[in-house]
Amino acid sequence: MTPDNLRPPEWWTMTLEAFADTVLPGERRWDGDRAVAGAATGDGAVAAGALEVLQDPAGGIAGLLDGLVDDLNEHAAQYAAELGVVLDDAVPAFVGLQYAERAGLLQRLTAAGHPEKEVWVGLVMFSYMAFDAAPHMHTVDAIADGHPGLRLLGFQRPDATGLWRFDAFSYGRPLADLHPDTTPTGSPA
Amino acid sequence: MTHVEQTDVLVVGSGFGGAIAAYHLAAGGAKVVVLERGPWLSADEYEHDFKFGSSSTRIFDFVLGDGMSVLGGNCVGGGSVVYFAAMPRAPRFVFERTGGTGRRMWPSVLSRDVLEPWYDRVSEALPVTQQNWNDVTFAGGLFAAACSHAGRTANPVPAAIDRDLCTNCNWMMSGCRYDAKRSLTLNYLPAAVAHGAQIRPLHEVQKLTRTADGGYRVHYSVIDDVDYRVEVADGQIDAKVVVLAAGAGATPVILQRSEADLGPMPHAVGRYFSGNGERLNTAVIDEDRARELLGLDRGDAAYAAYQIGKGPVVASWDRLDGSLPEFDRYSLEQLYFPPGLGTILAQVPDATGPSWFGAQKKELLRTWQSWMTIFIMSEDDNEGVFGPPPPSGNAVRISQQMLGRSSISYVPTANTRHGWALADADVRDILERDGLSRVMPWTNEVVGAYTVHPLASCRIGDDPSTSALDDRHELRRHPGIFVTDGSAVPGALTVNPALTIAALAERAVPAIVAEARRRGVQVRYGAPAPDGSTSARDAAARDAMARDAMARLARAATPAG
Repeated sequence: MTPDNLRPPEWWTMTLEAFADTVLPGERRWDGDRAVAGAATGDGAVAAGALEVLQDPAGGIAGLLDGLVDDLNEHAAQYAAELGVVLDDAVPAFVGLQYAERAGLLQRLTAAGHPEKEVWVGLVMFSYMAFDAAPHMHTVDAIADGHPGLRLLGFQRPDATGLWRFDAFSYGRPLADLHPDTTPTGSPA
Repeated sequence: MTHVEQTDVLVVGSGFGGAIAAYHLAAGGAKVVVLERGPWLSADEYEHDFKFGSSSTRIFDFVLGDGMSVLGGNCVGGGSVVYFAAMPRAPRFVFERTGGTGRRMWPSVLSRDVLEPWYDRVSEALPVTQQNWNDVTFAGGLFAAACSHAGRTANPVPAAIDRDLCTNCNWMMSGCRYDAKRSLTLNYLPAAVAHGAQIRPLHEVQKLTRTADGGYRVHYSVIDDVDYRVEVADGQIDAKVVVLAAGAGATPVILQRSEADLGPMPHAVGRYFSGNGERLNTAVIDEDRARELLGLDRGDAAYAAYQIGKGPVVASWDRLDGSLPEFDRYSLEQLYFPPGLGTILAQVPDATGPSWFGAQKKELLRTWQSWMTIFIMSEDDNEGVFGPPPPSGNAVRISQQMLGRSSISYVPTANTRHGWALADADVRDILERDGLSRVMPWTNEVVGAYTVHPLASCRIGDDPSTSALDDRHELRRHPGIFVTDGSAVPGALTVNPALTIAALAERAVPAIVAEARRRGVQVRYGAPAPDGSTSARDAAARDAMARDAMARLARAATPAG
């Protein structure tokens, strides 16, 4: 393992990118991309802005990230040893794992009874949210920019005023019998 | 000597429990101050935006406990601002529940019949209206059609929504910028202010102490309007009567923190918490099967309209059957839950790796517009317990807004899990029948169970060992403190609880007025509904009676011909 003071600064970024990519994976950004494992087609949580969300002061976990990066790589080294996987010293331990191994480690860290479960669940949730809600951006801007998560969800565009309105919303016909005991106020008896 | 502000009645919280009490007390002549921990937004500040710091995080509270996560309002208007406005009355059998203790949970004086006039009163004030099939959204219609296909009934749910103003935008959890949702900011609260009540946002009550004259000193912090973790000031107000309505996730915490000064609290303070037996399943609808089986068509697709609507509009009440055993009864309600929190817990069917994140989950998100979420409201076992209170507020705040760590713990009993299992199976029976969909139960392994309807953590009842409040909502051993929010409801209701919370608050007001009068407050009970409709009707009736009387007098005075 490389001593802390010799680790390149990009290790921090790579570790968090690899974490977010495990949560909702994307395709590699360039040949030889190590952080993004390429486990899915299209953009994933990293391209969706996971690192911006994790570092957003509003989220409240930015101050924890340094410690979490170290902890994650320690867990990864231990996990690799258990699996008999030899890690590449050129990248952080977590980045050195294959996608399925990264996912397996995250399952372990977020499982019921794991003593650190809460913090890892938190990190998963913020990474995930970057993809399905883009809380680091105004939603209208995210949609205008073609944010990959909202695009993949098929989240509809707002109208010209930047608001959502749906004029067509109902099949407009009875589709079931009412419960026989419905009261005159429309409530259950 | 430092001057401490005085008021007749101090109301903690401005949701249903607080707003209703504040209105009646102010209208009756009492000096009323309402302290609300969250901000005060107007309609144009309710944003269609998931960004941190927009109304979606400013007015919402999401606290993680041990085995239970609680979602609630955090603003002037409380839950009524962030809720989906579904307003059914609780079924008759609910009031007879005994729960796991084997004793009747509700006070013997209370029943559906007793509560009906109070339900009527709230329904008039908001107002609550019946929805018809033309109001039912695509998602609600699909659920109704699926229920019918499975031989079930399905009902449009009464709602506090002005259908003429509603745009079906489905941003209700961020507040309604069209004022279509009939939140308390449109009725009880402005009426309370018109009668002189003061509402102070970003004032978080921490604890109560006693004053020399038998009243209470209310200690509060003033919260920064952006970073809720920061307290910018503090203060105290003395009151003759205190109405606690901070929500079932916060009211017991304030009382726990007050115990050192006020003396022992009833055993049930911070115990018997209920999550209203709530649980979620999400189904991915097969669009072709929806067309073939149910005959649904909206042009481009049979359905694909998860995003369109106004929360829950259709419910299945077939299992709200009083002849079934307790813990076998539940309602199923179609629901929308926006991205952010609304997709993460849905699990990949037959996942080979992680079920709630990962590559397969990403693929599942592609089908999002064909999702259908079904909300189970069942009978849980009141198994939630609050641990020692956090240093301030109801949780240790993690994020600037919204997210915190609560002291609540919840280990679902076999009774609760039995109800969930029955309901899960029923959801599959309805929605997977003939290949209509694949159902994805939400995992409870990640953040535990969850509820948007916390209840019962400081409940009414007849038995002092299992209820914190008497049947007048007064805190046992601490006269002059009343609790009128969801924490007073004895247990799960099997339906959305807002109307029942509100009706109970209406019913509690006469006793609060009586206690205030006993303590020398010049206050009367009897104000009309806040929009004046009752008074207008009464005035019209009096006018008609007067005209009739005049006509009779005129006839009597006319000499016979």
